[in-house]
Amino acid sequence: MDIVITGLVLGGTYALIAMGLNLQYGVARIMNLANGEILVAGAFAAFWFWTAAQLSPLLTIFLVAPVAYVVNWLIYVIILRPLVRRAKSRGQLEVDAILTTFGLGFVAVGLMLAVMGGDYFSYSYLSVPVMLFGEPYGLNRIVAFLAAVVICGALYLWLNRSRAGLAIRAIATAPASARLVGIDVPRLSARAFALGGAVTAVGGALISTFLTLDASTGVIFTLKALVIVIMGGVGDVRGTIVAALLLGLLETFVAVLIDPGLTLAAAYLLFVLILLFRPQGLFGRRTT
Amino acid sequence: MKRRTLMHLAAAAVAIAAAAAPALAQDALRIGAVGPKTGPLAGGGAVTFWPNVQLWAADVNARGGINVGGTMRPVEIVEYDDQTNPGETIKAVQRLATEDQVDFILAPYSTGLNLAAAPIFDRFGYPMVTHTATTDKVAELSAQFPNMFFSLGGAQGIATGVVEVLTGLRDRGDIGNRVAMVNVADAFGIELAGAARPQLEAAGFEIVYETSYPLGTQDLSPIMKGAVAATPDAFVAWSYPPDTFALTEQAVIENLAVGAFFTAVGTSFPGYAGRFAAQAEGVLGVGGVHADGAAFQEYAARHEAVTGAKPDFWASAMTYSTFQVLEQAIEGAGTTDRAAVAQYIKDNAFETVIGTLDYDENNNNPAFWTVGQWQGGVFKGVASTGREGAVDVVVKPAWQ
Amino acid sequence: MTATEWRDLGLALVVLVVAAGLPFFGTPYYLTLGVTIAMYAVLATSWALFSGPTHYISLATAAFFGLGTYVTAVGIDHLPYWLLLPIAGVIGAVVAGLVGLATLRLSGVYFVIFTLGLAEFIRQVITWAQNLMGTRGLYVLTDLGEREIYWQLLGLAALVFLGGWLIGRSRLGFALRIIGDDEEVARHSGIDTARAKVMLFMVPGAVASITGAIIAPRYVYIEPALAFAPILSFTVVIMALLGGTGRLWGPLVGVIPFTFLTEWVARWFPNQSTLVMGLAFLVIVFLLPKGFVGLIDGARARARGAFA
Repeated sequence: MDIVITGLVLGGTYALIAMGLNLQYGVARIMNLANGEILVAGAFAAFWFWTAAQLSPLLTIFLVAPVAYVVNWLIYVIILRPLVRRAKSRGQLEVDAILTTFGLGFVAVGLMLAVMGGDYFSYSYLSVPVMLFGEPYGLNRIVAFLAAVVICGALYLWLNRSRAGLAIRAIATAPASARLVGIDVPRLSARAFALGGAVTAVGGALISTFLTLDASTGVIFTLKALVIVIMGGVGDVRGTIVAALLLGLLETFVAVLIDPGLTLAAAYLLFVLILLFRPQGLFGRRTT
Repeated sequence: MKRRTLMHLAAAAVAIAAAAAPALAQDALRIGAVGPKTGPLAGGGAVTFWPNVQLWAADVNARGGINVGGTMRPVEIVEYDDQTNPGETIKAVQRLATEDQVDFILAPYSTGLNLAAAPIFDRFGYPMVTHTATTDKVAELSAQFPNMFFSLGGAQGIATGVVEVLTGLRDRGDIGNRVAMVNVADAFGIELAGAARPQLEAAGFEIVYETSYPLGTQDLSPIMKGAVAATPDAFVAWSYPPDTFALTEQAVIENLAVGAFFTAVGTSFPGYAGRFAAQAEGVLGVGGVHADGAAFQEYAARHEAVTGAKPDFWASAMTYSTFQVLEQAIEGAGTTDRAAVAQYIKDNAFETVIGTLDYDENNNNPAFWTVGQWQGGVFKGVASTGREGAVDVVVKPAWQ
Repeated sequence: MTATEWRDLGLALVVLVVAAGLPFFGTPYYLTLGVTIAMYAVLATSWALFSGPTHYISLATAAFFGLGTYVTAVGIDHLPYWLLLPIAGVIGAVVAGLVGLATLRLSGVYFVIFTLGLAEFIRQVITWAQNLMGTRGLYVLTDLGEREIYWQLLGLAALVFLGGWLIGRSRLGFALRIIGDDEEVARHSGIDTARAKVMLFMVPGAVASITGAIIAPRYVYIEPALAFAPILSFTVVIMALLGGTGRLWGPLVGVIPFTFLTEWVARWFPNQSTLVMGLAFLVIVFLLPKGFVGLIDGARARARGAFA
């Protein structure tokens, strides 16, 4: 029971890290290597509001989300859209996106260093135990998990029930056909990219309550997010959620029953094995 | 925070102005500084290394400079970011030596980056007074790189200090002999766990829980649960800053009841007390300083006034002290001749903010702090290999 | 061989001889830059040998490089140094072969992230094994200076170029070009696409591993976080793509300006180097969509047009 709860909570953290990237890659076709920097920026905002004004990160996210949405929208429209237009093929766009977002990540790290210096930002928020089934858990982790459930649930419902959501899913599945049925692909792609950025930044604000970050740590989260998104299958919210939870459970299981030294090795082994047997990821569709 | 930004901008402006005005270089001593501003070690560098470079330059120039054979020469810092990448460290030190032709170079930050730079320091004869390199291979290294000096102590010495502190607590009847030990699976953690294990056993301790975890583990609660289940009397973690914070937080949440709680790098950061406040009371950590001594207090006050941040209670003062060694050696030798300055460091003892620094025949500083403890909001040294000012260790009170 | 090929070969030889003389007429600073350039030239060129024709972007360079540094670090006390390089090469090739077999079914971005995950997996396993054995930080204390390391890398670079040239002329190279154009067509025309890809993937694996083994004495102290730093994989990809992967010499014309650019930024913007580097990146991507090769080819075409 203990393993399951700890694992699920960790999985929730991973879902927060990866969900935004799934939207950005699955819909807008941008393999965003600056994803981790957006996350760190969100975390920094939470840290700053907490230390300067004692503003709870749970309130900060309502500020972070719209700002991140606008910033990411601008990034897409100004920098990435010309690349999408210019790309002759999917492969060309992928290469360009990797180069560009890699550069953007550098710019983001440089800006954050200039603004806040290289110091760690760590603070204590809701780091009190809550008892579940007679075992203590950190309240901040539980809160982040609940937030992950709310965010993922809302995204899932929105994508499956609303018109805009359906259109976005149509783009993720078949961009060419989506255009034929009158969907405004460029506009929705920008929105999906912006939404992905907002989700990532909110995730960063939430995980900053229990993880210690600094301006340069973004790349760690980018790597993790990439692995989760690919494992789950590109363009499917369910895939990312399942992959995140699987990873969380596996890492906790290995840590408790085998050896904590092997948690990350086991995580990557799982990733490798899943791709060996399902090359398109858990929920991905075979692309031709 | 704002002030920090202004400082950075000001520093950048000064650097650009300095680069544009070579006339200044005629009487100024040019000193190179290479360290991580980005990459995995940027956080540690921002706490321990860079503020001390800034402070030292400010202090020296406030005094009118370094007295080189009768002329007062101000110092001018040429600084580069090595991105926590040994290849970049090598390039930057090479650039300082041959392109900028600096008079001296401050040692880089961390064990790995220091050793990567050592061959180039050696080739150009720069004295290399390291501050944040820990190694047990001092004899081999100083044979290969004769101008390399080691200040912070090795794994064996630090492990001995921890075992002594635990033994002291046990002999006083404050704790039993059950120890839980974990380490981060990186060179530092592996080395220290390896050094501590036999020493703990030799001292009659029983290791009831032992494990490692990979660098970058995002959830340490399984480890803390495992430690709690083993009901230890003492908890020892050879950890890095992010996991030092995470392990402490988990220990509070899981209410790990121990009489001695030790975490390694990061425990002595002012941010540790800032984050855990009263919970930090009684926590043991690697390092320490003579926190009540006038020398350290005066240094800490200047550090805060000049850089806008508090120093940590271990490597910050050590870093500054090695700069003082270099400064005093240049004055003592009365020349900027590198070989003469290196020889002067070998032959003499130096009064610094951490006390006397006197390197032995292997260029090693034998007297260093090994364990400190948060007591009343200050991280005080409780064990060392011959430093003055250690306070008595107290038993860890229950988490609040 | 045709006359152009003889000319190219002669030209390459001249370049090699001139490059080998660098330690004699350059300052130590230029030698250090030379080591950096040689290292990335080897890594990027061998990377492009596989990725150029197949369009697979591999982020596994750091994994093989790290393996190589560990071969030297572990073996230096037991075996002569010169024996370690081929051992590193064989280990790199074998691991790359296994990886190649495993990744045959993956395409596009799945392959990219798979190689990244694989690099992390190898690093984690090695870290764990090192912890288990209680091995201390691994020291590589040798007499090899920058000059010896530079010449070794240069020799390796010559081998890589020679290998690349031979592959380009061989049936394997021909098969790979067809695969790159259209894998279906390749399969229908009786090419064993799997075998071709695996064989070619072993080349960058072995080369990166040997490079790591050569560089280990330069780093002196080997620890997983430095040896397996993922940034290396990205840098190699970026350099190769900036140069252009369509030609054998493409990555080289990416590596050289890129090294000087990073050097210039590091020197004049020590506090903003990441920021300026990032901006430089964006400018390059937007202004040089086809890499430097595209720029050079374009200039050549224009020149020809002007004279025609």
